[in-house]
Amino acid sequence: MSFSITLTVNGEMRTVALEDPRVTLLDLLRERLELTGTKKGCDRGQCGACTILVDGRRVNSCLALAVSHDGADILTIEGLATGEALHPVQAAFIAHDGFQCGFCTPGQIMSAVGLIREGQAGDDPERVREGMSGNLCRCGAYAGITQAVLEAQTRLAEADRKLVA
Amino acid sequence: MYAFNYHRPDSVSAAAAILAKGGDAKLLAGGQTLIPAMKLRLASPGEIIDLGRVSELTGISTEGKVLVIGAMTPHAMVAGSPAVKSAVPALAELAHMIGDPAVRARGTIGGSIANNDPAADYPAACLGLGATIVTNKQEIAADAFFKGIFETALGDGEIITKVKFPAPEKAAYAKFPNPASRFALVGVFIAKTGSGVRVAVTGAGSNGVFRVPALEAALAKSFTPEAIAGVKVGSDGLNSDIHADAAYRAHLIGVMAKRAVAAAH
Repeated sequence: MSFSITLTVNGEMRTVALEDPRVTLLDLLRERLELTGTKKGCDRGQCGACTILVDGRRVNSCLALAVSHDGADILTIEGLATGEALHPVQAAFIAHDGFQCGFCTPGQIMSAVGLIREGQAGDDPERVREGMSGNLCRCGAYAGITQAVLEAQTRLAEADRKLVA
Repeated sequence: MYAFNYHRPDSVSAAAAILAKGGDAKLLAGGQTLIPAMKLRLASPGEIIDLGRVSELTGISTEGKVLVIGAMTPHAMVAGSPAVKSAVPALAELAHMIGDPAVRARGTIGGSIANNDPAADYPAACLGLGATIVTNKQEIAADAFFKGIFETALGDGEIITKVKFPAPEKAAYAKFPNPASRFALVGVFIAKTGSGVRVAVTGAGSNGVFRVPALEAALAKSFTPEAIAGVKVGSDGLNSDIHADAAYRAHLIGVMAKRAVAAAH
C-alpha cells in the first residue's frame, strides 16, 4: 500500500510518497524532510518533545500518522525565525535560561507559541504552567520556561499593538 | 508497530462497510491511546479505519434541553464551546481537565468512551449526566454502556456517532489527578437533575466507572456538602496501586464528592 501526501511545512508545499502508513508526522519530518529540530523523546505522547503546530494547534507529532494529515499546514521549530532574527519566544528562552541540555526545547518553544496563540493563559504563571504541562523538562528548567513564556507573550502583544497603531 | 492496511472513509456508512468485513479492524479516532498502544504492540490491528475525514461525526449542537456532541469532536472543542458552556458548563470544565493541550487537540469524546479507560474523565460525565450513546445501530443508555475496564456494550461493527447529554439543573466534576499523567486517581461527577441526583466515580473502581447510590440518596434529600459528610464510602472493589491504595481512594471519593457538590452550577 503506497500513498502520496501533500503538506505545507513551514510555509513550503511538500509532496511525499509513503510506502507504509505507519510513518508518523515526527518520523516524516526527521527522516524524510530532514527537519531534525523536532525531537523524538518518549515516542508515545508523554513527553512533548515532538510538539509541532498542525493547522495552528499543538500536537504530539509522534502520535499522528502522517497519512492522516494529508493537506495539513505544519509549523515546526525551523519555521519560527526570520532569517537570523529569532522569534520572540526563542529569544525569551535564551534570555531566561529556559533550558539546560536543550533536548526538550524545540517542543517547549512550539508549545509556548501555541499557548500564546490560544490566548488562554493570561499573565498568571500557574495558568502558564498548566498550559505547558504537556512538555516535560528533565533538567528542570521550568522556572525559566515559565518566565520566558510570560515575557514572550508580553512582547508579542506589544508588537501586535504597534502593528495595529 | 506491526503493519496494517489503512482506510480513510468519508462517511459512517463507508466506515461500517469496511468494519463489517472483519479482518481485525480498529477504528482510529484521535489516536491518543490507540497509536501508543500499537507502538507498544499492545494492539496490532490488521486494518485501521481512520475516522478523521468523516465530517458528519464532528460538531456540537443542542436539541431543546439536550446537548449533542459528535463522536469525533476533540476535547479542546468541547472545552471551548459556547453551547457546552451554556448547557452543561461542568462538561466543558471536565474536557479542559483531560490530559494536556496536545492531547485535547486530538483526543475525541467517542474515542474516550469507546476505549473506556478506568481512569478516563468522559465516562464519569456520561454516567453522571445519564447520557445516551448513539451508534450507527442503536441508542444505549450510559447505565448500560460501560461494562468494565476497557469493555463497553458496543458490538461488532458498531460505531459511536454521537453522545446526547440532557442538561442538568446543576452539575460539577471534581478530579484528583495523577500529577504526571493527569488521569484521575479519583474523579467524581455529580449532577442534580429533574429526576434525582446522580454520582459517578472514575479512576477508583477496579471495574471502571460506577455510581454511588448512598451518596445519591443523601444528596437527593439535601444537595449540600454537609449532607454527605457522614456517608461512608467503602473500599471494596476499589483499585490499589503504586499511586494510591483502596482505602485512600475511598476517602478521596468522599472529598471529591463534597467539592463537586460545593462547586455545582
